[in-house]
Amino acid sequence: MEHLLEQTLNGLQLGFVYALIAVGYTMVYGIIKLINFAHGDVFMIGAFVAVFGFTSWGLPWPLAILVAMLACAVLGMGIERLAYRPLRIKGAPRIAALITAIGVSLFIEYFTSLDFVFGSDYRNVPRVLPERRWEIFGVSINNVQVLVLVTVLVLVVFLQLVVYRTKVGKAMRAVSQDMDAARLMGIDVDRIIGFTFALGSALAAAAGALFAMAYPQIHPFMGIMPGLKAFTAAVLGGIGSIPGALLGALVMGQVEVLTAAYLTTDFRDAIAFALLILVLLFRPTGLLGKTAPEKV
Amino acid sequence: MKRILTGFLAVSLFALAACGGGAPAGGSGGGADTIKIGWIGPLSGENKTYGESTKRGVELALEEMGYKIGDKTVELIAGDDRSDSTEAVNLATKMMTQDGVAAIIGPVTSGPAIAVSAMTETYKVPMITATATAPKVTVNDDGARKPFVFRACFINPFQGQAAANFASEELGAKRAAVLYDKGNDYTIGLAEAFRATFEANGGEVIAWQSYGGDDTDFSAIMTNVSALKPDVLYLPDYYGRVSLIAKAAKDKGIDVPMLGGDGWDSPDLDFETLAGGYFTAHYSDQDEREAVQSFATKFQERYGERPDSFAALGYDAAKLLMGAIERAGSTDGEAIRAALQSTHDFPAVGGQLTFDEWGNPIKSAVLLQVQADGTYKYITNVD
Repeated sequence: MEHLLEQTLNGLQLGFVYALIAVGYTMVYGIIKLINFAHGDVFMIGAFVAVFGFTSWGLPWPLAILVAMLACAVLGMGIERLAYRPLRIKGAPRIAALITAIGVSLFIEYFTSLDFVFGSDYRNVPRVLPERRWEIFGVSINNVQVLVLVTVLVLVVFLQLVVYRTKVGKAMRAVSQDMDAARLMGIDVDRIIGFTFALGSALAAAAGALFAMAYPQIHPFMGIMPGLKAFTAAVLGGIGSIPGALLGALVMGQVEVLTAAYLTTDFRDAIAFALLILVLLFRPTGLLGKTAPEKV
Repeated sequence: MKRILTGFLAVSLFALAACGGGAPAGGSGGGADTIKIGWIGPLSGENKTYGESTKRGVELALEEMGYKIGDKTVELIAGDDRSDSTEAVNLATKMMTQDGVAAIIGPVTSGPAIAVSAMTETYKVPMITATATAPKVTVNDDGARKPFVFRACFINPFQGQAAANFASEELGAKRAAVLYDKGNDYTIGLAEAFRATFEANGGEVIAWQSYGGDDTDFSAIMTNVSALKPDVLYLPDYYGRVSLIAKAAKDKGIDVPMLGGDGWDSPDLDFETLAGGYFTAHYSDQDEREAVQSFATKFQERYGERPDSFAALGYDAAKLLMGAIERAGSTDGEAIRAALQSTHDFPAVGGQLTFDEWGNPIKSAVLLQVQADGTYKYITNVD
C-alpha cells in the first residue's frame, strides 16, 4: 500500500510539471485558437536559463527560477510579436499560424543546438539542494519532490488570482469570449494576447526549471516529449479550460507512472496516448470542456 | 534541381559501376599517391565524448606516422554520425562511393557500427571499429562472419561476465537489479551476459527492467527496485543515461554498489553521483605496462589531458589498420582485409593483439572504480 502511495507521489511530481506547461497551451488556445507548438521549446529555454542561473551565475535557486520565468516571458512575447501577430493582422488562415508555430519550434531547437548557443550536448544538472529524504508512514519522499509540489501549487494559485482577480485577467477572459466585442469595450486586444503569451511562457519556464531539478539532464530537444504530453493533457482536460489542463496533466502523470510501475515500461507512452483517444471518443471536448467552453 | 538530379544520377551510376565491376573505389577519389581513410563517430549529441576521444586517438596514431604509409600520404576524412545509424550509413555510403576511401575506422557505437558493417562486403571496403562491442558487429544474424569487419576492443558478453564475476566474488552480491535500454544492442548484450553469469554464480536477478531510449523519468522503476532491496545495481548504458538513472536511484534511497560497462568511460560522467561505482573498461592509464605508459605520456603531451579508453582504442585501431595497409602494399580492399586478418601479436596499447576467426582481438579488460573527484581508480585486470 505504501508502495502505491509512493508511486502516486512519483506520478504527482510528473503531472505537476506537465500542468504548468499545459496551462500555457490552453490559455493561448483559449484566446486565439492557436496551438503554440513552440511552447515545449520555451520550456527547454526556461530549463537552460535556470540551470545556468544556479550553476554559472551562482544565483540561489528561487532567484534562478524567477530569472528564467522573466527571460521566457520576454521570449514568449517576442515569438508572438514576430511570428504570430503579423499573420493575425493580415487575417491569415489558422493553418498558416499552426505551421508557423511548428517552424518556430524547429528554429528554436536547431538554433540552440548550435555550438555558440547551448550546443547539442546532454548536460548533467548538478544537485541544487543537498540530498535529503524523509519517511512518512513508510512513504519515501525527497526534498526535490516537495520543492516541485510546493512551487507548482504556489504558481497555480498565483495564476488563478491573475485570471480571476485582476483587471488584466478580466480582459483576458473577455478577449477569449469575444475578441471583437472586447475590442469595442476599449480593451487593447494585442496587448492582452501578448500578456497571455508572457504568462504562459513564464509558467513553462518554471516547469522547465523544476523538470531539470527532478530529472537532472538538459539538452536542446528536451522540450519535445514533455511539450507533447502537456499538449495531450490540455486536450484531455478540454482545451481552453485552465482547470481542465490541470486535471488532464495530473491524469497523464499518474497514467504514465502507474503504467511503468505496475504494467510495463514499454508501453508507458502508448497507454498515456491511448487514454486520450478513449476520452475523446466519449467526450469529444475533453474531461472539463464544454461545447461552448468558458475559455482562458 | 536539374543539376542536383544529374549529380544524383552520376553518383548512383558510379556506385553501380563500383559494385558491378567488383573493383574497390580505393584511390579513385584522389591522386594515386593519397590513401584516404574514413572515420565515423559521434562528435555531437548524447555520446559526443566517445567520438572526440576516439578521433584524437586515431589522429595521434596518424601524426606519429607523419600521415604516411611508405611514400604515400594518408588523408583522414571524418564524419559526425551523432550515434545515429541512418546518419552513419549515409556517411559510409558517401565515403565508399564518392570519396573512395581504402578503409573505414569506426563507427564508435554499436548500433551505427552494425548498420555500416552490413555494407562493407558490397563495396569491399574493410572496416575496423575501435570501440563497438556488440557481437553482431562482426557476425550476421545467422552467425556467419562479415569478412571485412574487425574491431580493436573486446565484446559485450565478456564485459557482462567480468562484471557479474566481480559482483559475486568481490562484492559478495546475491541480489542484483539489472536495468537496460530495450532499443540498444549494446545495453541488451551486456545485461544478458551479466544475468547469465550472475545466476550461474548462484546469485539472483531480482529485477530485470527495461526502459525506452527517450525516458527521463526513472522514479517509478526505482521505487519498485528499491522495494526489492537489491545489493547491487547493474546499469550497462552510456554515460548520459547512467548519470540520470543513478540519480533517480539515489533519490529513492538505493545506496548499493553500482556496476556498469565501458559506456561509463567519459569525462562527462556524473562522477559525484556515481562515485564508488565500478565498471569494466578497455584500459587504464594507471596500468604499468610500458606500452600503456608511453601512449599515455604521448597523448598527454599532445592534448594536455589523460587519455580514456576510447582514445586508447582509437589509437590501436588506427595503428592496426596502418600496419595492415603497409603489409598489404596496396589499397585493394581484399588485400587489406587479408592483412588485417593475419595480424599476429601486434604491439598495441591494449596488449599483444591477434584477431580470432570472428575479427575480435583476444585481450583482457580492466575494472575501474569511479572517484568523486573525476578520476578512476584501477582495481584489477580481468582475463
